[in-house]
Amino acid sequence: MRIPMAEAYEVATFYHHFDVVKEGETPPAPITVRVCESLSCEMAGSEALIAALEDGRLGPDVRVVRAPCMGRCECAPAVKAGLNDIGHATPDNVTAAIEAGDIETHRPDVQDYDAYVAEGGYAILNECLAGKRQREDLIAEMESSNLRGLGGAGFPTGRKWKFVRMETQPRVMAVNADEGEVGTFKDRWYLERRPHQFIEGMLIAAWVVEATDVYIYLRDEYPGIRETLTQELQKARAAGLDKASRIHLRRGAGAYICGEESAMIESIEGKRGLPRHRPPFVAKVGIFGQPTLVQNVETCFWVPEILAKGADWFAGHGRHDRKGLRSFSVSGRVKEPGVKLAPAGITITELIEEYCGGMADGHTFKGYLPGGASGGILPASLGDVPLDFDTIQPHGGSIGSAAVVVLSDKDNMKDVAVNLLKFFEDESCGQCTPCRVGCEKAVKLMSGGGWDGDLLKQLSATMIDASICGLGQAAPNPILTVLRYFPEDVS
Amino acid sequence: MSEPIAFFLDDQEVTAEPGESIWQVAKRNGVTIPHLCYTEMQDYRADGNCRICMVEIEGERTLAASCIREPAPGMKVRTGSERATAARNMVLELLVADQPVREEAHTTSSELWGWADSMGIDLSRFPRHESAAPDLSHPAMAINLDACIHCNRCVRACREIQVNDVIGMAYRGHHAKIVFDFDDPMGESTCVACGECVQSCPTGALMPATMIDEKGIGKPQPSKEVDSICPYCGVGCQLTYQVEDNRIVAVKGKEGPANHGRLCVKGRFGFDYINHRHRLTKPLIRRDDAPKAGDIDIDPGNPFTHFREATWEEALEHAAGGLKKIRDAHGGDALAGFGSAKGSNEEAYLFQKLVRTGFHTNNVDHCTRLCHASSVAALMETIGSGAVTAPFTEALNSDCFIVIGANPTENHPVAATFFKNAVKKGAKLIVMDPRGQALRKHATHMLQFKPGGDVSMLNAIMHVIVKEKLYDEQYIQGMTEGFEAMKAHLENFPPEEMEKVCGIPAETLRQVARDYATSDRAMIFWGMGISQHIHGTDNSRCLIALALMTGQTGRPGSGLHPLRGQNNVQGASDAGLMPMVYPDYKGVAIEENRKRFEGFWKVDLDPKPGLTVVEIMDAIHAGSIRGMYIMGENPAMSDPNGNHARDALAHLEHLVVQDLFLTETAFHADVVLPASAWPEKDGTVTNSNRQVQRGRKAVEPPGEARQDWEIIQHLANGLGLGWNYGHVSEVFEELRQAMHSITGITWDRVTRDDCVVYPCLSADDPGSPIVFSEEFPTPSKRGKMVPANIIPPDELPDADFPMVLTTGRQLEHWHTGAMTRRATYLDSLEPEAIATMAPVDMERLGITPGEPIHISTRRGIIQAKARMDAGIQPGMVFVPFCYAEASANALTNQALDPFGKIPEFKFCAAKVERAAVADAAE
Repeated sequence: MRIPMAEAYEVATFYHHFDVVKEGETPPAPITVRVCESLSCEMAGSEALIAALEDGRLGPDVRVVRAPCMGRCECAPAVKAGLNDIGHATPDNVTAAIEAGDIETHRPDVQDYDAYVAEGGYAILNECLAGKRQREDLIAEMESSNLRGLGGAGFPTGRKWKFVRMETQPRVMAVNADEGEVGTFKDRWYLERRPHQFIEGMLIAAWVVEATDVYIYLRDEYPGIRETLTQELQKARAAGLDKASRIHLRRGAGAYICGEESAMIESIEGKRGLPRHRPPFVAKVGIFGQPTLVQNVETCFWVPEILAKGADWFAGHGRHDRKGLRSFSVSGRVKEPGVKLAPAGITITELIEEYCGGMADGHTFKGYLPGGASGGILPASLGDVPLDFDTIQPHGGSIGSAAVVVLSDKDNMKDVAVNLLKFFEDESCGQCTPCRVGCEKAVKLMSGGGWDGDLLKQLSATMIDASICGLGQAAPNPILTVLRYFPEDVS
Repeated sequence: MSEPIAFFLDDQEVTAEPGESIWQVAKRNGVTIPHLCYTEMQDYRADGNCRICMVEIEGERTLAASCIREPAPGMKVRTGSERATAARNMVLELLVADQPVREEAHTTSSELWGWADSMGIDLSRFPRHESAAPDLSHPAMAINLDACIHCNRCVRACREIQVNDVIGMAYRGHHAKIVFDFDDPMGESTCVACGECVQSCPTGALMPATMIDEKGIGKPQPSKEVDSICPYCGVGCQLTYQVEDNRIVAVKGKEGPANHGRLCVKGRFGFDYINHRHRLTKPLIRRDDAPKAGDIDIDPGNPFTHFREATWEEALEHAAGGLKKIRDAHGGDALAGFGSAKGSNEEAYLFQKLVRTGFHTNNVDHCTRLCHASSVAALMETIGSGAVTAPFTEALNSDCFIVIGANPTENHPVAATFFKNAVKKGAKLIVMDPRGQALRKHATHMLQFKPGGDVSMLNAIMHVIVKEKLYDEQYIQGMTEGFEAMKAHLENFPPEEMEKVCGIPAETLRQVARDYATSDRAMIFWGMGISQHIHGTDNSRCLIALALMTGQTGRPGSGLHPLRGQNNVQGASDAGLMPMVYPDYKGVAIEENRKRFEGFWKVDLDPKPGLTVVEIMDAIHAGSIRGMYIMGENPAMSDPNGNHARDALAHLEHLVVQDLFLTETAFHADVVLPASAWPEKDGTVTNSNRQVQRGRKAVEPPGEARQDWEIIQHLANGLGLGWNYGHVSEVFEELRQAMHSITGITWDRVTRDDCVVYPCLSADDPGSPIVFSEEFPTPSKRGKMVPANIIPPDELPDADFPMVLTTGRQLEHWHTGAMTRRATYLDSLEPEAIATMAPVDMERLGITPGEPIHISTRRGIIQAKARMDAGIQPGMVFVPFCYAEASANALTNQALDPFGKIPEFKFCAAKVERAAVADAAE
């Protein structure tokens, strides 16, 4: 190995899921229990759970570690005992799992390759690979469907394909399956159910941009999906579906920042996940310097269905003058959390009432996160704003990956904001001053008594203006929206 | 894109060159935007992480870091908008929050506080972060990460500039921190102490230990800075001495063509030898009751056991008188002089002039004889010039380069940084060495051949080039001679056969031949692994032939470069400090040359070439040489078969030694003259790249120590020469007249420019870094290929001495250690004699690392501590020759290369034993 010690150490210490054990040091306990402390889980009692689990009941072979959002917010609080995901975790069910040795992942029950083919799956991809489809037609279809990047940035998919195709060959593709935005679990939801619809969409996109290679960057928090995808991708390869584009399944190692596309590319290259400066954009200079198409899992997921049912089918959905479908990851104070496929433009009030069975018992709607930790916190008084790209910005937030966390009168907005900023503080890559120091100082300022609104606003302005990537630029959203909509909680 | 880019900077239309950043264009237009992670230090790329250089670009959602952003046509940039200013102020305020209080800053020249001043910010409203503990584990550098602003400059310094790969930025977010290796204390890491990180740090988080007090507070900036040249190796790094109260307190790299601002551990931290308590401050005369003996040992801290102090008047009279007496009684050939490759060009010129015109002999030589004499012999024979054809920085333009028999990361550390940079840029590196060495980590091919297998390996590579017709037919036709004979000769060296001799698989030899020959631009670097053999000249002939048959010289990125050892070995050789040539390599045996110099110096000259270093020692034993003048050389440590050399020195009737310290050579002196160190003098030196550079006096010599050129002049006048030089510049001007190739380099010009490369023939000639594009300076104007046969080393291992001893240097020490063993930081990094061996040999002999061992040869025995080195081949032992207490050259073989007269330092038969066992047996 020609990797210098310092470089290996940098990478190893960057990610949550590596433990550095030096010569002569005691390795950590063999079993790690990770308890999610992000917002929905904290609201569901993760602090008390951690306190209980740390009282020694799990024995010397187990260590309890705090973890950021694991993408299981619908069954908060979430715990991973070894690789076993435990929803609605309690001291008892975690202890029982440990005692039973139930620490391996439970593979999801997915629609397998044969079942997908039986319902007509891969027909479109096969037509593409056989040269029976025109790339320009597919791009046009995407453009008229109004499909936009569902990872959060909302870049029109057809246009992105067109741009990447304009770059020199060889080109590659990366799929962002690093869903880490607090409150988001929709990609997991689809991968746990219909992986082949995603794979087909991914390979169609790869075919359109003539990517020689496709890298799926899957977050390490989803070991069950990793096992399933490994197996199902093998079937797709056996069927020759990868003949135009080799498929690589890459495993993350626990770092929210790697959901940022250029950080993801750095991580795919084996480095720390430090976002790159732009320009150049990844479409021009991406993985190993090659022009790269980056798409989110869900974006790929819709591609075959749109091509099968027509652009109008997708664009035909929508409410309040918005078009398309959105998969809302709903958690928090609602009766029935989960992934809700709903028309784009639906309001939060409609979403809670029509899709989530209303507010949880004993809770009164007070506010909501429209788009995870980055999307700000809106008050109940803005319950009639259509939820879609571009509609939330005027109110100081954004929809992002459509991770909706519903808050109630039982929630203190200062605590919510501190929880979110602590998340950013922990997950900042540390590269640039506004984000690295800004998050740390913000948490210190916010954790005290009343907030110094002026100073926090000035700090926020610089974080937004001067951070290298979206993490630091969006991190102040909770601060600013709390100051704007819930001043009484921080005075 | 190569068109200039027009855009608007604060409403003014300006243009950017391609690749220029907004920051750079702004600077050119008189606007200096604050910057911290960005530095204008040469070769550092922008990283854009600190965000203190933000500017506003019309139409963009966020601000942009001007240091890393290139302008686009028509772009409208505002450097001082309210938004940009607010962000810059806030970034500074965030960074200031966690700094140590200003009164306790680790440096008094913090760039951060400098910007704080100019931006009008001195306090932060933010709560402080818990601060890191200091790391004081390294003797030469102090680490106080409480001042770290994560700008990454030290990481770039270590990883991208010097490519030592020790520093990293580990962990994440606000836990991110600078680490050494696996977050080890710096002093326990693989740090090679080049100090580039210290030089690049803008906040004092990384400081030279000399510039910080015991509380960690930065000392005031030194009152004086003097630009000069590093006194150690042939790279010729420019540097700046920082001086306080006539003492050098720190050294900074200065941007010169050979170093781009970089230094190594010796140049940066090896400066205080000049203040060592052993420093000679008064002339010494040998006591009448102190007889000479080859094995004498004198404490250099107390010379009075054997010497008494004298006035300069008495000492000079005694020194010159003794030489004059021998000359007058026995003729000039009974005298000899060793000048120094550590002195200036002016001193070298005066020294050889003194010997030639005052002693009336050509018995003048210096340590070039021990390093590259065979390379020079081969180069003179084949291409008519003994210097390099291109500078080592041309590696950056090369597609493929060979480093053979050289260990530049230790011996030419700053040249090695350019090699590593070249590899990072995509060049192929082929390392050939019997010893595994640090460069192999960067190599495309590492050919660890059997010791002495050079010629077989190189001939096999050329055999492949001929067989596969990879040679450059057109170049051979136009520029060379001897190819047909060479071709026939190479028939006898097929790779399969040579594999058995050199130990390198035939297929590897083929691949290397193809890589080198088919590269557009390829270069060869070599060191003493090539030259210090009895077949050293043959080794060089092979390398030259390889370059000639493939047309790999005379163009950018191509050429032949013997890496010169001493800081002025090139210049001393140029100035004629050799027995067979006058200045500018004019042979003394050629009447025309002699007539010219007789006219120039207005004196009759000895027409026969003089003796070389080792021959002079033999001539002393033979009784034909009776007196010597040795200036700045230490043959007692540097000559092969050291006991034989010391016996010779002790045998002299009269020995005058001029040096900084009572060296092992001075033990045998009749008169010792206290000289000045390099930082105490003005003068020029010439590096491996043929760059003539200007050294400047930074401090006064101690006590009564005098300028060397003045001492030489005094002795010359004692011998009746009547010299009257008033300043070194007058000597340089005379040298310039004697040396055609530097005609265009006046003292004033080199003083103004610090560096001028030769050949430089007129005032407006910029000098030619790359030579021989059109023709070679040989009688036929062609480069000659000279075939070489396999000659085994002089002394092969046998039952009594079953191992191979090879010698060389260590990064931290210079040559015989006279300077570096007396440099506090260098000696604390490598304080005791070591010998390195292969793990299997240590296991076989039951030696544990750190254990004392005895290394013996037919000529001597030494004791050193064993060190394990997986890069050493089984059967070999390596001993650095810098340790007086375990002088490697007590062991080496004085057998000579017949052409270069260089001894075989790199190979002799040896025995290794555990010291405990050896003692028990006695």
